[in-house]
Amino acid sequence: MSAAKPRIRIPEKAKVGEVIEIKTLVQHVMETGNRKTADGKVVPRNIINTFTAKFNGVEFFKADVSPGISANPYLAFFMKVPGPGEFEFTWIDDAGVKIDQKMPLAIG
Amino acid sequence: MTQRLEIEVVGRRTFLIGAGASLAMAAFLADLPALAQEPVRSIDEALKKVLGDTKPTESGITLEIPEIAENGNTVPFTLAVDSPMTDASHVKAVHVFASGNPQVGVASYNFTPASGKASVSSRMRLARTQDVVVVAELSDGKFLLGKRNVKVTIGGCGG
Repeated sequence: MSAAKPRIRIPEKAKVGEVIEIKTLVQHVMETGNRKTADGKVVPRNIINTFTAKFNGVEFFKADVSPGISANPYLAFFMKVPGPGEFEFTWIDDAGVKIDQKMPLAIG
Repeated sequence: MTQRLEIEVVGRRTFLIGAGASLAMAAFLADLPALAQEPVRSIDEALKKVLGDTKPTESGITLEIPEIAENGNTVPFTLAVDSPMTDASHVKAVHVFASGNPQVGVASYNFTPASGKASVSSRMRLARTQDVVVVAELSDGKFLLGKRNVKVTIGGCGG
């Protein structure tokens, strides 16, 4: 997997108690394991199988992913802002490669 | 003497077969998590796994997905479940199935009251024209189900 930096969009500032949308996009081939090469060999499955989102160490969203999700997976979800703090987003693929991205959330 | 040697040979061979078998067993055991993830091929089986014997209510889920998807490789969707998302009443998980894909499971999303809103947007692969089925698991043990038919012009899934 290319260790490309995931793209994450969160509001510049949020209020406590507000429900905000978090948009994420990461580059990944998401090889289904169903595809064959020209000489008939099955291309082994390699997808991002798990995504987790934590805020101040508390997991508030998790995705268990199957090959039915498109390449370069886009994922948008929500969080109710409990206060100031830091996000931690983690993607893990079948090859065990882990992408970890931290991001602070400004309150205002 | 010869006799005894032969017994020894057989003994050794039996041992080797035994060792081979236990190695295979170990490999099999190591594969167990992979077996547990053995893809589900039918929507009925997939729904049974999630629902058990519970009957879902067919309401409360909004699924936005194109009616006609020209490219089955990337079909955008947004789902939302009506829920106050409080400790007492929230959506625990939402499972998305593509009934006509080689593997019907698309994704499962887990929420907590801290999610604020049981809603997700992503993009899925659709192999052919089919129903996309969404099941929501609520904190009170009840289930909701939503369904949309999507016509696919060019299939995805590398099929």
